[in-house]
Amino acid sequence: MASTEPAVVCSGLVRRYGERRALDGIDLTLGEGQTLVVFGPNGAGKTTLLRVLSTLLRPSEGDASLLGSDLRKEGWKVRSKIGFLGHQSLCYGDLTARENLRYHAKLHGTNDAAARIEALLEQTGLSGRGDERVFGYSRGMLQRLAICRAVLHEPQVLLLDEPRSNLDPAAIEQVEPLIGAAVGRTRVIASHDPAGGLAEADLVLGLRNGAATLLAPAAEVTTEQIGELYR
Amino acid sequence: MSAARPPSALSATRAVLYKELTLERRAPQTLTAMALFCASAFVIFHFALGRDEVEGALAAGVLWVTLALAALLGIGRSFVADREEGGLDGFLLAPAPRTALLVAKATTLLIFLLIVGFFAAVIFSVLLLGPTPNASQWASLALLIVLADLGIALVGTLIAGIAIQTRARDLITSILALPLLIPLLIAVTKASEPLLTVGGGTLAWRWLALLGLYDLIFGLLAYALFDYLVED
Repeated sequence: MASTEPAVVCSGLVRRYGERRALDGIDLTLGEGQTLVVFGPNGAGKTTLLRVLSTLLRPSEGDASLLGSDLRKEGWKVRSKIGFLGHQSLCYGDLTARENLRYHAKLHGTNDAAARIEALLEQTGLSGRGDERVFGYSRGMLQRLAICRAVLHEPQVLLLDEPRSNLDPAAIEQVEPLIGAAVGRTRVIASHDPAGGLAEADLVLGLRNGAATLLAPAAEVTTEQIGELYR
Repeated sequence: MSAARPPSALSATRAVLYKELTLERRAPQTLTAMALFCASAFVIFHFALGRDEVEGALAAGVLWVTLALAALLGIGRSFVADREEGGLDGFLLAPAPRTALLVAKATTLLIFLLIVGFFAAVIFSVLLLGPTPNASQWASLALLIVLADLGIALVGTLIAGIAIQTRARDLITSILALPLLIPLLIAVTKASEPLLTVGGGTLAWRWLALLGLYDLIFGLLAYALFDYLVED
């Protein structure tokens, strides 16, 4: 844990899709440098929570702030400080990996982008195939490229939706220095892996039908409790 | 930790524009489809009208209806690559001004429309057009193509921005775009008519002014509304 300054604060956070409440009154506070791991069955609201925190979705009710900025009114202030990894790579199939990363670097105004891109491709083992069009990539390669994209601008907060899905053990090791606990960034991670998620969490949130049924420091949570969320 | 500074609107526009043109260069689907549509439509008109040549109001109608329908193909394809693998989210997550997306998308569509417009005008003059326009009439026609295509690009990008947020996006494009383009089509058809008449004629400036006004109004509307359309 790096510090206890709140990086993420949600208060009565509700997000509706039509009549359905995908997030139903979430309250939580996450300190800077801490890791929140969100568990819950499919459709519980994990991805919606990450999309609200990333500014892609607006809260329907309640408040959410990130690094002190109200996401409803000041989302533009924090976008450069967020690294988002979702279910899609957000990369274009007809561009090469390098072209995709250059495009995102320009949109983020990243300094010294060329060197940063080469370092990331090298780190993730994609350097040799960085000039190939992305549509030919395997799911695992696409996930590694998406991780490069998410951390390209050196964000302070990482919002990661099942970041290790589609990755083999070697690839997981490769991306660990970019998204693992050692990077010291504030992280919100959606996970389906009770043991692995618990091991890297400072705080655990369990969601079911959009509501928080579990919110506790990781040290006080057992894998059995997390397993209960899925029953 | 953050080594980034938000990009200027110009820098973000250039990045999106470069990406758009690279994607079309790699997989030339939109331009090819629009050009093929125009050529096919002229052949169909040739047989459907039962004439070897057309002129005047009929010629202007055939040319601009064909170009307007070809434009729908381009408008419908505007955000296709952005929907696959979430490219639009990629833009929205960046601290780049949203206007950059509007300008880059509209410019891309304008470039496609201009290429197809000039290609179609040449094909039309070879396949169907009776009178042979002189240099001055060609110049006037070129000016009309530029002004009309600018309006179509602005309206088209606005509509494509609305459509991408809906499930019935393919229907929305046609349903919204064509009614909004009616004033533009009336103006450009009326303005083209004397240029495509035997004996020739000159450009009617009031239709040109109407096209300019249309472009201005929809340019301002697109600028004012686009942020709200693409964001949640």
